[in-house]
Amino acid sequence: MSARISIKGLSKVYASGLTALDNVDLEIEPGEILSLLGPNGAGKTTLISIICGIANPTSGTVEVGGYDTIRDFRNARKLIGLVPQEVSLEPFETVINTVSFSRGLFGLPRNPAHIEKILRQLSLWDKRDSKIMELSGGMKRRVLIAKALSHEPQVLFLDEPSAGVDVELRKDMWETVRALQEAGTTIILTTHYIEEAEAMADRIGVIRKGQILLVEETAALMQRLGRKQLEIELQAPLDAIPGSLSGYDLERKDERTLVYAYDTQSERTGITRLLNDVQAAGLQLRDVQTRQSSLEDIFVDLVKEDAA
Amino acid sequence: MNWQSVAAIYRFEMARTFRTLLQSIVSPVLSTSLYFVVFGAAIGSRIDQVEGVSYGSFIVPGLIMLSVMTQSITVASFGIYFPKFIGTIFEILSAPVSFIEIVIGYVGAAATKSLMIGVIILITAHFFVDIDIAHPVYMLGFLVLTCVSFSLFGFIIGIWARNFEQLQLVPLLIITPLVFLGGSFYSISMLPAAWQTVALFNPVVYLISGFRWSFFGMADVPIGWSLLAIAAFLALCLAVIWWIFKTGWRLRN
Repeated sequence: MSARISIKGLSKVYASGLTALDNVDLEIEPGEILSLLGPNGAGKTTLISIICGIANPTSGTVEVGGYDTIRDFRNARKLIGLVPQEVSLEPFETVINTVSFSRGLFGLPRNPAHIEKILRQLSLWDKRDSKIMELSGGMKRRVLIAKALSHEPQVLFLDEPSAGVDVELRKDMWETVRALQEAGTTIILTTHYIEEAEAMADRIGVIRKGQILLVEETAALMQRLGRKQLEIELQAPLDAIPGSLSGYDLERKDERTLVYAYDTQSERTGITRLLNDVQAAGLQLRDVQTRQSSLEDIFVDLVKEDAA
Repeated sequence: MNWQSVAAIYRFEMARTFRTLLQSIVSPVLSTSLYFVVFGAAIGSRIDQVEGVSYGSFIVPGLIMLSVMTQSITVASFGIYFPKFIGTIFEILSAPVSFIEIVIGYVGAAATKSLMIGVIILITAHFFVDIDIAHPVYMLGFLVLTCVSFSLFGFIIGIWARNFEQLQLVPLLIITPLVFLGGSFYSISMLPAAWQTVALFNPVVYLISGFRWSFFGMADVPIGWSLLAIAAFLALCLAVIWWIFKTGWRLRN
């Protein structure tokens, strides 16, 4: 299957000399949810802006649905819906007018039934005649999503969609995004909420200083880079790790707890032998538990490693 | 040409005009009426005629031009600056529309509004003075061309401006003096010889002169020069806008 979005050698250097994107290559498949993670200023928004036509690239090409975003911008942009990071809406306009405007702007004829469907889906129908400035922050963000969906895009960019949104609305939004994915929409999500990426994305892309560090399936990334830790709680306090256990990668978390880090991918984790040796050293166990590192831990490690 | 998108932008901008009807329409009509009272009645009663036309009638084309030029610039510059200011410009830039379509939508709406104001002022003037239009087709042509070209100019200012102060700068400090000194309320033949020469460097003189010619058949400069001036100004604005969208200057940064 050909990629829905194909990015080749994309670079962006601002007039100030700042390199926002540095030779980015990325392919995004139809119907997938890709989450772009990266610290502030990593280049996520610049990447989205170039794909959507808001910013000009310095070099490189972007194709959406097989259409070059510069040479064949009309066909490329028709496929794209964008929910920007900033809540940017005409304050004096009504909800229904601003959403209908977006549909017309993208060259589609009026379709009140479709607009109603979107507004109902996003719980905005009751507020359709309200002015934007009368809405809460969460509702404004939903209006942005409604505008992006008004022209039935095949690709949806969600740039920090959960920023400033309460937990309930965030969950609603996740459901909407999943429903869109089931309908075949490709979704590119940038977020600071790593749990959001972990819960929703099929693939994770990590970007730092304008470079894509990796793009990998979420589950595979968790498995490959995720480390497990075994926490051993002891009955009695311990001043130092006994010499007989010096061959293990052990850390003393506190005077009663030892932490053993191991690789889930290796054939032998060494847990059985460790526990035997712990008992042989005369230490009495009180409790044993394991902990999987989260995507957040992985992300922090990745960014740190690259910076080192 | 994506007319659906053009119509969407045009309707959206016109909706802004109708939402602020009092400020948009009533305000310029009121200020023009005041000009008639002050210049037409108070001062005009002391000036008998200008080249065979009563002073009250004589100032009508200048007054229309004054309002049309300033309104075209103000409306068009605000129309494109406001989306930049509040950030909604992203939607225009990411839409499948060409720069020509964006310009037609925004400039078309601004020109329509200033044309409406021009026509309303003309109708209002009828309540104060007698006006016969010698060349109605030319009059309409001059009016439309002025609305369009000054709306294009306003569009450029709106893209150029980085803040509200800059947005006001050109209309207040350049256009208003040029229009007042361009023969809105007098014929430049009434000026001393040296100032007549200076006045010929004011491009607005040619526009007001041509517009006045379409009313009374008399002009400060030949009608051909007036037509050439408005055509040159229109071409210059179109060239600048073409360059802005080609380079993305102050838009796609």
